[in-house]
Amino acid sequence: MSTPAPATGIAKGERLLRVEDLEVAFTTEEGVVQAVDGVSFELSAGEVLAVVGESGSGKSVTAMTLMGLTRSSNARFSGTAHYTDQELVNASEDELRRVRGAEIAMIFQDPMTSLNPVLKIGDQIAEQIQEHQALPDAQARELTIELLERVGIPRARDRLDSYPFEFSGGMRQRVMIALALSCDPSVLIADEPTTALDVTIQAQILQRIHELREETGAGVILVTHDLGVVADIADRIAVMYAGRIIEEGTLDQIFYDPQHPYTWGLLGSITRVDKPRPERLPAIRGLPPSLANRPEGCHFRPRCPHEFPKCTEVPPLESRVEGEPNHRDRCWLPVDEKREKREVRPGEIGLPDKEEAPAA
Amino acid sequence: MATQPATESDFSLDPAAAVAAQEGGAPVEGMGPWELAWRRLKRNRVAMASLAVFFVLVGCCLAAPLYAEHVAGRGPTSTNATGTIQVDGKKTFVVTPDGTPIGPGFRKEYFLGADSLGRDVMVRLLYGGRNSLFVGFMAALITAILAVATGLAAGYFGGWTDRIISNGNDILWSFPVLLFAIALGTALALGGLNIGPISVQGDSLWIPIIIIGVVYIPYFGRPIRGQVLSLREKEFVDAAVAQGMGSTRIMFSEILPNLMSTILVFGTLIIANNILLEAALSFLGAGIQPPEPSWGGLISDGVNQIYTSPHLSLVPGVAIVIAVLSLNVFGDGLRDALDPRAKVRLR
Amino acid sequence: MRFTVRRLLNMLFVLWAVSVLTFLIFMVMPGGGDEQAALRIAGRNANEAQVQTVKKEWGLDDPIYAQYADMMKKVFTGDLISYVNQVNVREEIVRGIPRTASLVIGAGIIWLFFGVVFGVLSAVYAGRFTDRALNVLALVGISLPVFWVGLVLLYYLTDRIALFPPGGYTELGDDPVDWAYHLILPWFALSILFIGFYSRVLRSNVLDISSEDYVRTARAKGLSERRILIRHTLRNALIPIVTLFGLDFGAALGGGAILTESVFGLQGVGQYAAESIGRLDLPPIMGVVLFGAFFIVLLNAIVDILYAFLDPRIRLQ
Repeated sequence: MSTPAPATGIAKGERLLRVEDLEVAFTTEEGVVQAVDGVSFELSAGEVLAVVGESGSGKSVTAMTLMGLTRSSNARFSGTAHYTDQELVNASEDELRRVRGAEIAMIFQDPMTSLNPVLKIGDQIAEQIQEHQALPDAQARELTIELLERVGIPRARDRLDSYPFEFSGGMRQRVMIALALSCDPSVLIADEPTTALDVTIQAQILQRIHELREETGAGVILVTHDLGVVADIADRIAVMYAGRIIEEGTLDQIFYDPQHPYTWGLLGSITRVDKPRPERLPAIRGLPPSLANRPEGCHFRPRCPHEFPKCTEVPPLESRVEGEPNHRDRCWLPVDEKREKREVRPGEIGLPDKEEAPAA
Repeated sequence: MATQPATESDFSLDPAAAVAAQEGGAPVEGMGPWELAWRRLKRNRVAMASLAVFFVLVGCCLAAPLYAEHVAGRGPTSTNATGTIQVDGKKTFVVTPDGTPIGPGFRKEYFLGADSLGRDVMVRLLYGGRNSLFVGFMAALITAILAVATGLAAGYFGGWTDRIISNGNDILWSFPVLLFAIALGTALALGGLNIGPISVQGDSLWIPIIIIGVVYIPYFGRPIRGQVLSLREKEFVDAAVAQGMGSTRIMFSEILPNLMSTILVFGTLIIANNILLEAALSFLGAGIQPPEPSWGGLISDGVNQIYTSPHLSLVPGVAIVIAVLSLNVFGDGLRDALDPRAKVRLR
Repeated sequence: MRFTVRRLLNMLFVLWAVSVLTFLIFMVMPGGGDEQAALRIAGRNANEAQVQTVKKEWGLDDPIYAQYADMMKKVFTGDLISYVNQVNVREEIVRGIPRTASLVIGAGIIWLFFGVVFGVLSAVYAGRFTDRALNVLALVGISLPVFWVGLVLLYYLTDRIALFPPGGYTELGDDPVDWAYHLILPWFALSILFIGFYSRVLRSNVLDISSEDYVRTARAKGLSERRILIRHTLRNALIPIVTLFGLDFGAALGGGAILTESVFGLQGVGQYAAESIGRLDLPPIMGVVLFGAFFIVLLNAIVDILYAFLDPRIRLQ
């Protein structure tokens, strides 16, 4: 199996996932924490959707909710998430179990703790394979070896019987990727896959994910706080803040024509290696709100330098730029004012100089 | 502008206040971990009730002399094997001629009945409680001080210090605990303890205190040492060393405060265990020596009459269970309150 | 290999230290010592000359280290004789072993089984009624004095209602049913505390591990909850229980059963120990203490080996 066919039955461009108005709330000692507040997006086969936001923006909770991993006695859900024709938010455990691993697979953030320390690597991968397909042990073993080779683990046959602690962080993450791919999922969710790794390894892992997407035609949701990671492999970007998507568009749209002040802040805070050093590191002033106690209306309002009275109403996620229906944002500012106010000049964002963004 | 270079005012030292000020609301008061824990503990009604029960028990035992004088009319050691009292208007023997003492009843004298020597069980229970609780608590103090000291030293200094202390702990712990305590208890009870300037009488309460205190040092010391080992690797220790702080100071002002929650929780458990151990020792004659009453001693006094006068052995046990249970329940609550992990558990 | 050798040496060292300590306690403390020992052997009404003869015969006027060496020699050759009743210590201990073993092994199986079952139930139903009820039982269990429980059981279940025999022991070989019948109450009394303790420890372990990342990964693989519980959660949560059990079992064999044996009159090693200590009779004390310490140390070592076997991180580093 040198170049596997794309995941069975899914044509490129076909819509795999549709999330509508997803809300997730947790009841805690401090009150109700609204982690996800009305999130909607879609994912198609073969595309990489990057979900970007700082800690506490709700991006991980969104991703994990798709697989039913946030269910607990103090969690409340509303909204829907459809994976082809299977609804996920209200699915039964049995239905979810069929989907997990086989249709939607996840790569977690911390490879050091995401593998069972007392079981062999080979066994942990074979376990997932045999949960979803009845294969004889020998065949499952062979398949495991192929998977490990595919993700770039040398001497895979020997390492089958190794334990997680015998691998480095980067290697462990590769094992996690092999695990995720083992049943040919159509959707791959990567939750900050490189955050816990060294920068040099980061590049390798991202490259791998990129290649695998090409090979298998799967759709990828890449959850991250790091825009640098995003710039390399994302097709579309959804920017989250305090539980809401505040801007969504293609890579180019977000980087060259961002519409929301928070996005401006994110982009502007990327320091560039090839430009003169600023006097002070640019930062967005203030702090993200407590998710138990959020501001009225637009959640970003207290930190936004451009706020005005209308901002106490919740701005809907809609497209403001003419001719770009898939570029949506949640900001009340009129489009022309935005272009004036944002101080992000091409060349000063984290990307090389490009033609001026399309005029309004 | 969202992307202006950050200015001084952006980096306020009180982020909560800054955000609140921006939103026009009142700043949320931050709370230190101890205040948070105390608040959480207060909210745990079962734990607080349990603590109250324990204090009431302690209070009653401390009030033993008052009870003896004003209610029962006799002390813990005053015998009355041939006396009589009025029960329901009739004159009854405190101890019948064939040796059966009177049982419990609602009266001022002999509220819990008498023992075969005519002594008031309730009075002895209260005095015994004083002794048992005192021994339990003081022994726990000794264990805590020595365990923390040796645990700190072993964990922080490592090397030979650690080896000696850990081996010592191992040897101590390899002694069948109960046998060890009994052996020491019996031997010391006879002749007392004479080490250099320290001279303790054989029937002093300090003998069981020291024995029980010493016996549990490995049990307490090992987790302390483990925690010190991991704390030692943390950055704030490096920072302290870089500041030029001496070892002793680092141990006491940096590491020790972080041990406090372990010490508190373990301490409560140790007091509970001590009460049980003291009862066992006194039961076997190797703990608090007669004629001083103790709960374990009372139980052993009544063993031979377990079938005829069960109250003699059963009642002191109930007292022990109340004391230990209330401490354990409170200890649980304490642990929950001090545990920084959120109670939210994702399935 | 080196690890095992070091362990063995450590064991021997500890046993030696224990023997020295025991000897010192009883020889050096007043109430013990050669004077007393001689008196005890010679009998209460002996005169000075007889005491001196006894001293010579028994080597009691030799220097301490000689006496120690002599006693140790006797330990190994099985010639240890009691000061009080001239009974051979080894024989007494051997006679008591099956009784102590019956008690401790039986109780051990019971407490391990119920401790684990209750612990898992509590964890799986965490926060709900089952968990709360089991927690109350566990808390009560660890607050009960063993000997008092024995007395309560004796009074209510052998006297008020004659459901069980009031103590005593029947040989296993003679009548297995009666053997078990006599041991039910002692087993119960001895296990209660451990069941309470173990169920709490296991509950805590299982809950902690359930929130670990690798359990989340297992769930993301699509495994059934049962499989996750057994193959991932318990596989990790039981490791500390195994070591705990080894240590407690060793301690119980080594003398922790004293109280239960005494209350139920089982005449095992523990009871023999209690009696000898009461009489300040050094040879049996030494014998019993070394017997106990040996088991504790042995089980410590087994536990370490088992731990390495169960946790590959220890084994392979």
